[in-house]
Amino acid sequence: MRKHVTDQPPPPPVDELPQALPDRRHRVRLPYVWILPAIVIVAGAFVAVHEKLAEGVPIEITFHSADDLEPNKTKISYKAVEIGQVKGIHVSKDRKDVIVEARIHRDARDYLVKDTRFWVVRPRVTGADISGLGTLVSGAYISVDVGHSSEPARSFAGLEVPPIVTSGLPGREYVLRAKDIGSLSIGSAVFYRHIEAGQVVAYSLDPSGDSVTIKVFINSPYDQFVTRDTRFWQASGIDMSVDSEGVKLHTESLASILQGGVAFQPIKGAPPSPQSPEDNAFALYSDKERAMREPDTIAQTFVMYFQGSLRGLAVGAPVDLRGINIGEVKHLSVEYDRDAGVLRFPVEVDIFPQRIRGRPRTDRGAGKAEDSDIGGHAMIDSMVAHGMRAELKTGSLLTGQKYVSVDVEKRPPPDQVDWNEHPPIFPTAAGGLDEIQDSIGSIAKKLDQVPYDRLSTRLMATLATLQDTLKSTDQVMHQVNGSIAPQVTATLKEAEDAMKNAKEALSSEAPLQNDLGSTLLELSHAARSVSALADYLERHPEALIRGKPADPK
Amino acid sequence: MRCRATVRAIGEAQSLCPRCEARLFVRRPHSLSTTAALVITAAVLYIPANLLPVMRTHEIFSDEDDTILSGVISLANQGSWPIALLVFFASIVVPLLKLVALGEILFAIWRGSVRNPGQRSRLFRMVEFVGRWSMLDVFALSLLASLVQIQSLALVQVRPGAFAFAAVVVLTMLAAQSFDERLLWDAQTRD
Repeated sequence: MRKHVTDQPPPPPVDELPQALPDRRHRVRLPYVWILPAIVIVAGAFVAVHEKLAEGVPIEITFHSADDLEPNKTKISYKAVEIGQVKGIHVSKDRKDVIVEARIHRDARDYLVKDTRFWVVRPRVTGADISGLGTLVSGAYISVDVGHSSEPARSFAGLEVPPIVTSGLPGREYVLRAKDIGSLSIGSAVFYRHIEAGQVVAYSLDPSGDSVTIKVFINSPYDQFVTRDTRFWQASGIDMSVDSEGVKLHTESLASILQGGVAFQPIKGAPPSPQSPEDNAFALYSDKERAMREPDTIAQTFVMYFQGSLRGLAVGAPVDLRGINIGEVKHLSVEYDRDAGVLRFPVEVDIFPQRIRGRPRTDRGAGKAEDSDIGGHAMIDSMVAHGMRAELKTGSLLTGQKYVSVDVEKRPPPDQVDWNEHPPIFPTAAGGLDEIQDSIGSIAKKLDQVPYDRLSTRLMATLATLQDTLKSTDQVMHQVNGSIAPQVTATLKEAEDAMKNAKEALSSEAPLQNDLGSTLLELSHAARSVSALADYLERHPEALIRGKPADPK
Repeated sequence: MRCRATVRAIGEAQSLCPRCEARLFVRRPHSLSTTAALVITAAVLYIPANLLPVMRTHEIFSDEDDTILSGVISLANQGSWPIALLVFFASIVVPLLKLVALGEILFAIWRGSVRNPGQRSRLFRMVEFVGRWSMLDVFALSLLASLVQIQSLALVQVRPGAFAFAAVVVLTMLAAQSFDERLLWDAQTRD
């Protein structure tokens, strides 16, 4: 009772109160309540240690930017299982990157090895697929792909783009080399007989800057079809061809039109061979046709000197043997021939002799030996001896594109390959317009050879004779003029007079005409009389004897 | 305390009632010690109460852990300044002040300080009075946790910090109760 109560009776004097008894049974001791702080402190210490342990392993991940990342909120997950959390984000000292500090749970400590990869999962929409839509609502998170290394690491360089292939995926990675990347990008599909068999994982420009290395991952089981004889080619976009059967459109898939793609297939007739080891390098051809061509491992370079202009001839122009492409133009240049003091235009071409298949003379013959000779000096020498020459021809009149045609000329001037030069010089013939130019030239040359001086003296003599002839002709004419002409004139005059007379005689007013008229009139009267007489006599023949009877009046 | 008889104290620390043999004390037994133990426990628990999250809010898009202080900050950020201030005082300042006040009182008695017993007494009464207000947070949290249970949309869960906080409040109240106020004046009378 703490309150003072005033209206109660005053307490009795202290002395009257009974005395308390001393208590010997209970000992003075610490109250039980002291257990509480002990428990709390012990538990607190335990919890603190536990928290400290549960805090996990600190790691650092470097990203280009901290887009969508939030300290104490962004999770780190492996296969969608949370294994840590982002604790802090700050900019690196060189201000180029962002360093994300995170804690990984202790039980996921083993994941932190050197080749473990981290990337931010965000909504991503590309030509071929849409991913990470879940993060639109849940916010971005950092995903992990655990590496194979056994070397632990605590700081990592985060990927800017999610890796296509995570380490658990069965399959193999191969390297493709190409001149350019084309329309490929990371994630572009790799097709095997139109089946999506893998993806482009990475690409990089070679340090030299003149080619591109592309990494592709071929999923199991398609990776077993990648062998020594496999060819890779760009399957991007649409391949359109027009032939006698009509227009053909060819594409690997709709996605490959948008995103580009790579296709692979073994070359035709290749013997089965074991799977290619991982990370083997292949060439990436620009199209299937090129890829499927016999590999041009041996190239024989020749130099050709053409006479005409090289306009229209481009590097890469085909070397054509009756319509079959056996090589291509490698280089065009101008050189100054010091000895001859002229400019020459060497055309360097690569000829792939393997495109010319050797054929044994007899079926039983040693075809192999023959094959090995293909492209050899002997073969080319023999072909040149048979009249094989290179010439420039116009491939298209429209564009003026030229190509090098190698063909057998009918009667070429004898020539041979100059093997001493490097590269050897292949004999050429003038062709096409050059030929015309040449023939014009040869005509001019022939004209040139005409012996004009001798010819002119003869001509002069001839002309003199001709003049004489003409002179005598002139004399004859004079004679004609002098003696024959007057006579002719007189004769003509007489003839004219005769004609005049005849004309007068025949004119209607002429007396002859008049007389003739009256005579004819009388003659007609006479004729009528005779006719009457004949009539009468016919009816009265007796009148001949008796005479005409008197009128019966 | 059974027969309520008033007896004369003898000089012993431990004594019994001559009538009912109940244990008799001049001052509440171990008052100082018990209060000290409770205050120390409360002080220790005050640390996790403020560091650990008191509640977790599951929303569709995110999970969020809130400590008392982060709750106050988010309240303030939302513009609810009065509530933020109320929670801040009721849940952070008041328990802390209670602990400090009780600690100071205990320390003063243990040291045998004779100055200002009246002031300390007033302070103690204030601590006692204000003690129950600290339960505001615990009540709010228990209400939230039981009301907001729309499973997939929103869910409020009680986190360990809340238990620590409730323990702090309860322990300080118990400490205040176990404290024998008369001890404040004893030093003065001893002289």
